[in-house]
Amino acid sequence: MNYVFQFNVVWEHLPELLAGALLTIQLSATAMALGLGVAIVCAYGQSAGPRPVRALISGYVELIRNTPFLVQIFIFYFSLPVIGIRLTANGAALAAMTINLGAYASEIIRAGIEAIPRGQVEAARALGLKPLQTFRLIIIFPAIKTVYPALASQFILLMLSSSVVSTISAVELTAITNSLQSTTFRSFEFYFVATGLYLAMALGFKAALSTIYWAVFQRGRAA
Amino acid sequence: MGRSFGFDEFLYLLLAIPWTLLLSLGAMIGGGILGLVIAVLRVSPYRPLRWLTTGYIELFQGTPVLMQLFVVYYGLAVLFNLQVAPWPAVLLAFTLYSGAFLGEIWRGSIQAIPRPQWEAAECLTLSYPKQLWYVILPQAARISIPPTVGFAVQLIKTTSIAAIIGFVELTRAGQLMTNTTFKPMIIYPIVAGLYFMMCWPLSLLAQRLERRIDATLGVKRHF
Repeated sequence: MNYVFQFNVVWEHLPELLAGALLTIQLSATAMALGLGVAIVCAYGQSAGPRPVRALISGYVELIRNTPFLVQIFIFYFSLPVIGIRLTANGAALAAMTINLGAYASEIIRAGIEAIPRGQVEAARALGLKPLQTFRLIIIFPAIKTVYPALASQFILLMLSSSVVSTISAVELTAITNSLQSTTFRSFEFYFVATGLYLAMALGFKAALSTIYWAVFQRGRAA
Repeated sequence: MGRSFGFDEFLYLLLAIPWTLLLSLGAMIGGGILGLVIAVLRVSPYRPLRWLTTGYIELFQGTPVLMQLFVVYYGLAVLFNLQVAPWPAVLLAFTLYSGAFLGEIWRGSIQAIPRPQWEAAECLTLSYPKQLWYVILPQAARISIPPTVGFAVQLIKTTSIAAIIGFVELTRAGQLMTNTTFKPMIIYPIVAGLYFMMCWPLSLLAQRLERRIDATLGVKRHF
């Protein structure tokens, strides 16, 4: 092995890498919030909607879960402009991430809803709550609480797969690493450090998600 | 205007499918061997081995596949002075990746085997390797089939990422066709459809196997 590692060039460009990491964090956090919203709506539709709505939602879920994220991004960024929907790179990335997470998360939440004892729902109906009220007040919180670990790891998977949006020139961490390594010829060093940054972000998100769990489900709530 | 999208272009996409499948199969076999070693070490009585394999799993599940691909691709060049074609690097990266996921899945299956099975095997004076090989692994293998099939779906989708470093499989073929025909609205949905046709049957199979195994084990599944 006669290769000399030069990490100092990486440290010189650390601010740019961190700026990329920040965009990764922003994109992921926004997609997590929006995707969770999509997932909850879908989960409600699947548990209480009429048959065509349920069929539509499971079609969406199966379609997303059985195609690669990369192809989904290409469709959002390259295909949609043909029919007049033009998104910026970041917009397309966010849309693809939201739609992707929405499908996976709705499947997870549905499992949580199925774990709610029937008696709870029957009691809610007996008290005169409407379906939406039952869902909002009785079902959704304990359902999400039950499946929270699965949901959290899906969120982290989403953050990791966001590296793929570099292919449509959204300038997050991977894209910045790509352009830096091509101008400095220090590919291995840059990718090595970027991988470390992703690992740190994964651990950071894990910690943040546990904090959210504690703040939402544990504190002052006897659930 | 470029070429129009006709039968020849469609055939080009179809002919890329074997590459996607070969890559997935290769990574599944390589990752299967690696994963088995990892799973067994992960539950071994020796603490350093458990730490080592836990670290490996955390590392590969906590960083993006794309980064793993880049690090392996450029790492081979830098560390061993090997200027390799994309395919061995891609295959190696996906093998390391599936090793981590399969290792974690199979660890779960091994640990799902009730403790008395180990004790009974020990009472029969079987050595540790024999307890594992003759008593635990055959039972664990049965439980592990549905999640393993589920992982195969994940792997097929993930191999699309090889397109980014220029390996010509289905997604890359789609990109190349788009570049010559300028028909992203036709091509990417077709590519997505082809992936769907590969993944959807496997997803259904995984679901069905899971239900059957639950039924034979008498598991009352809430999810």
